[in-house]
Amino acid sequence: MKRGDARLLVNGTLGVLTAVTLFPLAWMAAVSLMSPGEASTYPPPLVPGRATLDNYRELFARAGMGRYLANSVMLACSVTAVSLLFNVAAGYAFAKLRFRGRTGLFNLMLGALVIPSQVAMVPLFLLLKQLGLVNSYGGVIVPAMASIFGIFLVRQYALSIPDDLLDAARIDGASEPRIFGLIVVPVLKPIIVTLAVFTFLGTWNDFMWPLIVLSDNDLYTLPVALASLSREHVADNELMMAGAVVTTLPVLVIFIALQRYYVAGLMAGSVKT
Amino acid sequence: MSRASPAAWWFVAPALVVIAVFFVLPVLAGLALSFTDFDLYALADVGNLRLVGLRNYLRLLQDPLFWQALGNTFYFVVVGVPLSIGASLGAALLLHSPLARFKGFFRTALFTPVVTTLVAVAVIWRYLLSTRYGMLNYVLAAVGIPPVDWLGDPHWAMPAIILFAVWKSFGYNMVILLAGLTSIPQDLYEAARVDGASAASRFRHVTLPMLGPILAMVAILTIAGYFQLFAEPYVMTQGGPLQSTVSVLYFMYEEGFKWWNLGSASAVAFLLFLLIFAVTAVQARLARRSVAA
Repeated sequence: MKRGDARLLVNGTLGVLTAVTLFPLAWMAAVSLMSPGEASTYPPPLVPGRATLDNYRELFARAGMGRYLANSVMLACSVTAVSLLFNVAAGYAFAKLRFRGRTGLFNLMLGALVIPSQVAMVPLFLLLKQLGLVNSYGGVIVPAMASIFGIFLVRQYALSIPDDLLDAARIDGASEPRIFGLIVVPVLKPIIVTLAVFTFLGTWNDFMWPLIVLSDNDLYTLPVALASLSREHVADNELMMAGAVVTTLPVLVIFIALQRYYVAGLMAGSVKT
Repeated sequence: MSRASPAAWWFVAPALVVIAVFFVLPVLAGLALSFTDFDLYALADVGNLRLVGLRNYLRLLQDPLFWQALGNTFYFVVVGVPLSIGASLGAALLLHSPLARFKGFFRTALFTPVVTTLVAVAVIWRYLLSTRYGMLNYVLAAVGIPPVDWLGDPHWAMPAIILFAVWKSFGYNMVILLAGLTSIPQDLYEAARVDGASAASRFRHVTLPMLGPILAMVAILTIAGYFQLFAEPYVMTQGGPLQSTVSVLYFMYEEGFKWWNLGSASAVAFLLFLLIFAVTAVQARLARRSVAA
């Protein structure tokens, strides 16, 4: 095979693969702009005959999409803010501060990483019920306020902070919280952004736990609301595609804007050494 | 870092308390719960709770639907994981080729499904797979294949879900494998080329062995993830048709949060955990042995 042919084969295959991969998303966007019933024809139309935003209007005006969107934004932001604070502080301490039981605790946590979160779900539900948090925003936020993965990610990065830097600040009389705020956090900024993106996307996309803990319609996140809407409106393809756009567009935008950080976290998280 | 820092506990305590109370405690409680008959009556009044020993586990092992859920889940893992990793490896090799153009664009585009919201893309795929108006059947019709009732035929529902899952997830391992390919020293390929090795044998004797440890890790993580199948059948098939897509977690969800048999649901969760643990442990051992050999 000549080099030119090989180049065509490689790039052609990549092009086809990419087109097939992106097709469902492009089609989602196209169908979301079609008028009701237009997508339920054969052959399936690729572009709307006359693009309309009616499906979005219908979703926000009558299906309560605005409320679900607000719930999702609020929950993802709260979980991200609180868990960042807790995970970054703990990850830094596990890397750079000495305390009794540090190694043992850390190894214990690493071991716990193999336990799938679903194992905890039933008792967690009962515990939150006792605390009055079932069917409230707290039911989603509270259990997510810290994560082993997040602590691990920050610790790996924080190991590279030179001890001399911290000791110099201590000799100058800086308190530990001050060192953390003025020296450590700025140094950790890249991994903090990475963890923020991961946590935000993870909370936004999460389905099973919000489905279990939120039973009140008004509290639904977008995925839970969309799943329930799609069970009612099986035939309203245009409306459902608009719902899918509203649900997934925010995370796509965040990913595309911050993908460098996202990929960095993916690499650090999967190389568990 | 010479002396113990008294401030350290203030840094770790909030995170550790959250993890202890909302993860470790529930996991232990779940084990205890799986030995009880916790149900709707106990939910109303804990006084109705009784210890039943291993009865939940024994009943599950006699429940045909549980076995079917296990079988369906294994089907999903055994077929889905190799397809998914194969797709990831194929895409990574293409992206790694020195001939490939626009690598950044292709990589981002192929990765995109990973970050999308699973429920939203499952809704898209349900439409894509629809028997009468779906794009897949339209494309198949163009090459003369009669329409398939993807999500309505018990033989096709799981393959359709696997196809969807592979589309959704292959980009993740693709990025990891691509990093692995990039770290293979070029002189190994040069040496193989000098020895007259063909492209296929360079792949077999250089790429695969060098990628071995990463492939093993990717396989373990992917298997553990695929065992946790839930949202796909929940949105696309509701476990049907004829229970052909009920997964272990779907079974647990219904047992626990539809029928409120929380003791039995805890037993399901632990069986799934043991299963994942056993399968991945065996795999890790095999991987270590093949690396040592």
